[in-house]
Amino acid sequence: MTAALTWILPPMQTIAPSMSTSSAEARPLSERLGGFLPQILLAPSIIVSFIYVFGFSIWTFYISVSNSSLLPTYDYVGFSHYAALWKNARWNIAYTNLFIFGVLFVAGALVIGLMLAILIDQRVRFEAVWRMIYLYPLAVSFVVTGTVWSWLYSPTSGFEFFVRSLGWSNFSFAWATDRNMAIYVVVITGIWQSSGFAMALFLAGLRSVDHDLVKAAQIDGAGVARIYRRIVLPAIRPIFIAVVVVLLQFAIKTFDLVVALTHGGPGVSTTFPAIYVYDLMYQRGQIAEGATAAMMILAALALVLVPYSLWQIWRRRQEAANG
Amino acid sequence: MAEAVGYDPLASAGRWRRLRAKTGVYAVLTLFAIYYLLPLVIVILNSFRDLPEIAANGLIALPRSFNFSGWREAWSTYCVGGTCAGVQGNFYNSLRMAIPATLISTAIGALNGYILSKWRFKGSNLIFDAMTLGVFMPGQIALMPWAYILSFFGLANSTYGLILVHTVQGLSFTTLFCRNYYVNIPDDLIKAARIDGAGFWRIWRKIILPLSPPILIVTVIWQFTGIWNEYLFGVVFTSGREQPITAALVALSTNQTNVRNYGVMSAAVLIGALPPLLVYFFGGRYFVRGLTQGAIK
Repeated sequence: MTAALTWILPPMQTIAPSMSTSSAEARPLSERLGGFLPQILLAPSIIVSFIYVFGFSIWTFYISVSNSSLLPTYDYVGFSHYAALWKNARWNIAYTNLFIFGVLFVAGALVIGLMLAILIDQRVRFEAVWRMIYLYPLAVSFVVTGTVWSWLYSPTSGFEFFVRSLGWSNFSFAWATDRNMAIYVVVITGIWQSSGFAMALFLAGLRSVDHDLVKAAQIDGAGVARIYRRIVLPAIRPIFIAVVVVLLQFAIKTFDLVVALTHGGPGVSTTFPAIYVYDLMYQRGQIAEGATAAMMILAALALVLVPYSLWQIWRRRQEAANG
Repeated sequence: MAEAVGYDPLASAGRWRRLRAKTGVYAVLTLFAIYYLLPLVIVILNSFRDLPEIAANGLIALPRSFNFSGWREAWSTYCVGGTCAGVQGNFYNSLRMAIPATLISTAIGALNGYILSKWRFKGSNLIFDAMTLGVFMPGQIALMPWAYILSFFGLANSTYGLILVHTVQGLSFTTLFCRNYYVNIPDDLIKAARIDGAGFWRIWRKIILPLSPPILIVTVIWQFTGIWNEYLFGVVFTSGREQPITAALVALSTNQTNVRNYGVMSAAVLIGALPPLLVYFFGGRYFVRGLTQGAIK
């Protein structure tokens, strides 16, 4: 920690270049400390955040290469848990689910979000009301969303019961209790929760597009579809990428939604990596294996976020070079 | 988000085509509005219905009974995990957790943001980037370390433990938000104040703080909603009566011993969803602003 502190606190001259050393020594201690006030105030946050970000990651990594079971121990066993993880059938289901969910959920939320944003952008009346309706699921917890939708998917009380009571007595909708279809129930619910988010970002993007460009195209006789395809959508490409990154992040972290919606079932058919970690650590007392899976979640996030940050940096440099 | 729209995309079409297009637009918007509102409406209606009536007609049906017993039972007598005191205790736990954690993390985040934007020093940008990595940390990575730290400080199974967890985890987020906002306050303003002899705290009080309400509101709304809705840490680090409402709701809906009393459960779910929903309805403007700011930057 002291090493971190000396690294964080810069030498005196960078703070107060004009201050001569002799006068600084002549001043009372409180005043000399005053020059470092910002750093001193920031230090606790820095220490705590660095422990949280780097300390916790290293700690969990360390557990993942140990032979911990019910309690953490620190006997190094190498990467054997990683090798075992990728041979585990349930982990196989978990990341396959994540893959299916990731693709369909992101695509669905993106398409619906963009469509709603474009529709709202057509000078509709009561715009604020529409926006509010589409966005409210984001304020509701995944637990509440999952719980309520699980009732609606339940054949004995929800949609199936409803349609049958209308007279179609052979109607069947039991995806939630079907091993092969349950993952799509998670997809539909995930889209319900998050497409409003995509909508809000796209709408903000659409509003920032240069109107003169659009007007010029309109005067040239271009139709609505053409204007969107050729001018508006290319202009908001950075927002597309931002939305995809945030949604992928949601997908990788998916936990509460599935717990409340299907409890990972039927059987283990809707297990996700985050649920796998939780089960190993807290239901089976296999801490090292759980930590291994947690490290894989971190790796998946890095796989999304590192290229994105690099692209952001590159884009900023381009802008600086052009501007 | 500005209401003013610079152009009308449908302006170039003919009058009839335009009318047809407009009708189509409203039809699709309405269809999706139904999709989004359906669960909410169903839960609200069911929270006032009798159990026998729900059992007979299903969840998706117009109510034929109306009473508040579901709400009363959910609040004070329904059995969750062995104790039959409803969800009120868990609701208060969530309040006792979310309010302090929100206020503390926002206050520290604002100060951090002020320092990292207006009192930069060598390496401060790097520190900022490293701190914001915390926004992306998956909870599963933090489970074991937090379990150890909480038991070390004797905070396991207590609301105080959760306050600590959410305050620390929220710092990255609040610092990010506030710093990105304060960066847009002109440096000349600060420079002029410093020439006039104003120090760190005086500039904070006289210049930064008066300009802060918008960002503070955004940050408070997002922190409160996020912490209130959090489930993983609530269920792992607390049990029984100490659990926040999200954990209690899952316990309640997976309870196999009870007959599924949808009326009471609907009321319980609404009690759990109400605070963030109220925040959303009254602060919706700021909610959206935080969203677009946070994600685009």
